[in-house]
Amino acid sequence: MQFGIFSVGDVTVDPTNGRAPTERERIKAMVAIALKAEEVGLDVFATGEHHNPPFVPSSPTTMLGYIAARTERLLLSTATTLITTNDPVKIAEDYAMLQHLADGRVDLMMGRGNTGPVYPWFGKDIRAGIPLAVENYDLLHRLWREDVVDWKGRFRTPLQSFTSTPRPLDGVPPFVWHGSIRSPEIAEQAAYYGDGFFHNHIFWPKEHTQRMVNLYRQRFEHYGHGSADQAIVGLGGQVFMRKNSQDAVREFRPYFDNAPVYGHGPSLEEFTTETPLTVGSPQQVIDRTLTFRDYVGDYQRQLFLMDHAGLPLKTVLEQLDLLGEEVVPVLRKEFDSMRPAHVPAAPTHASLVAAAGGAKDSTVHAVDDVTGKAPEVNR
Amino acid sequence: MTTRTLAIVSAGLSQPSATRLLADQLAAATRDELAGRGETVDLRHVVLREHAHEVTNNLITGFPAESLRAVLDTVTGADGLIAVTPIFNASYNGLFKSFFDLIEADALTDRPVLIAATGGTARHSLALEHAVRPLFAYLHAVVVPTSVFAAPEDWASGEADAGLRSRIDRAAAELAEQVHRRPVSTGPADPFALTTNFEELLGRREP
Repeated sequence: MQFGIFSVGDVTVDPTNGRAPTERERIKAMVAIALKAEEVGLDVFATGEHHNPPFVPSSPTTMLGYIAARTERLLLSTATTLITTNDPVKIAEDYAMLQHLADGRVDLMMGRGNTGPVYPWFGKDIRAGIPLAVENYDLLHRLWREDVVDWKGRFRTPLQSFTSTPRPLDGVPPFVWHGSIRSPEIAEQAAYYGDGFFHNHIFWPKEHTQRMVNLYRQRFEHYGHGSADQAIVGLGGQVFMRKNSQDAVREFRPYFDNAPVYGHGPSLEEFTTETPLTVGSPQQVIDRTLTFRDYVGDYQRQLFLMDHAGLPLKTVLEQLDLLGEEVVPVLRKEFDSMRPAHVPAAPTHASLVAAAGGAKDSTVHAVDDVTGKAPEVNR
Repeated sequence: MTTRTLAIVSAGLSQPSATRLLADQLAAATRDELAGRGETVDLRHVVLREHAHEVTNNLITGFPAESLRAVLDTVTGADGLIAVTPIFNASYNGLFKSFFDLIEADALTDRPVLIAATGGTARHSLALEHAVRPLFAYLHAVVVPTSVFAAPEDWASGEADAGLRSRIDRAAAELAEQVHRRPVSTGPADPFALTTNFEELLGRREP
């Protein structure tokens, strides 16, 4: 099982001192958090993508490329990549480039984005969110698997004899997750391609997660990718920990009460009952997280949201120490001991290469359009 | 003999509440009308005051707490709806609107609805036609022609006087008739149900 963190990348005022970080501070903090994730033994760092204040990560592959250069093992991912407003051609190019630079330590998660005004900034319309996600991803899927693509669709200009470069590393595209909170069409999409399905699992009751994951599992089996319990499932989660649970509650409460999404609404106590949020001791986090398996089955990836709502960097790094030292080693052991042998682990570049029968260079050597000559190729 | 479910939503804020009193009389009258058509009725009262915090939380978080989920399912899964609000500042009160803002856009389509209101003076009565009726028209509900407004003078004798009584009976008969005509409700719609498949989603693209 993979464990990691995902960041929204919000610039939020710390409600305990009224101070907001600058964009530069927040960007550097995200990098520090990613490096810390590797240091404490986590597997995955995923960044959000946003194109409006108060968020900083508008250019995920720039950030992930930088983190790739400074880490050795960490798997770099997104939460989420906007499959609606990005050009699928640019996603194909950017993430294949990142894949080469990071030696395959890359996967990504597709999401639609729920902020209406963002869509027209990129020439799109939120009312077409699902059709955009369907058409754009279908093109992206082809661009990574077919060297030369002829394509025509509704939402972008046609492609004639187009080759997306660089070709995926070792001839194997990055693994893709599809994230959705309550759109059954996206669970269906993930199942159709045999891709992973990720549920945010933070701001809503567990019943939402359970319904969506079950639907995805059934449809995964329907489309012949394996049995329902072999489908690739990821979950989010949100925790705040201190050695003593009372200290955790006391310290986190002002951040909770003023948080961008749910602040000024339900009490911390109501929200921890109604959603998977856990505020308490590391043992409480372990106990609660182990219950996730009861309603989604054996799953492959657990990401935690740790840096949001204005929590200072120092606090976030302390949280990651607790996560890496006290929580994840126990969870890893427990989840792995419960997982039956026929349920696969989360795909990695190495496992995908092995499944494809080994690495192959997939460079496309084009004919030079000025000299008309092809380069010498050693094949 | 079939059993019908009637949801009665009342948005009165004081206790005891004239709004609740009117809601009870409308519910009883509708039950009697349906009984006359050979149907038994299960009355489900929703007193919004008891859910005021949860309604606000839902507006902010985007999901209902478990107990509010059950209330919303009661309303969207009923065969008929009686919706009663006090009139504040020329319209439904904020709690009433907030509650119906939580209802999915198509969840009350073709649902028979009786609208009613209370107010401090009869001059408020047309708020039913100018504010409450358009709300349910927007939700594609079937609002019966008679809406019922009760002012203080209507309660003068301690219970509904002759004028109010006749309006209650007429509205109840209209609602009962609309409910009676329709098949029994199959309950609230499942928002997570997959109503398409991927080939169809892909095929929707224009060539």
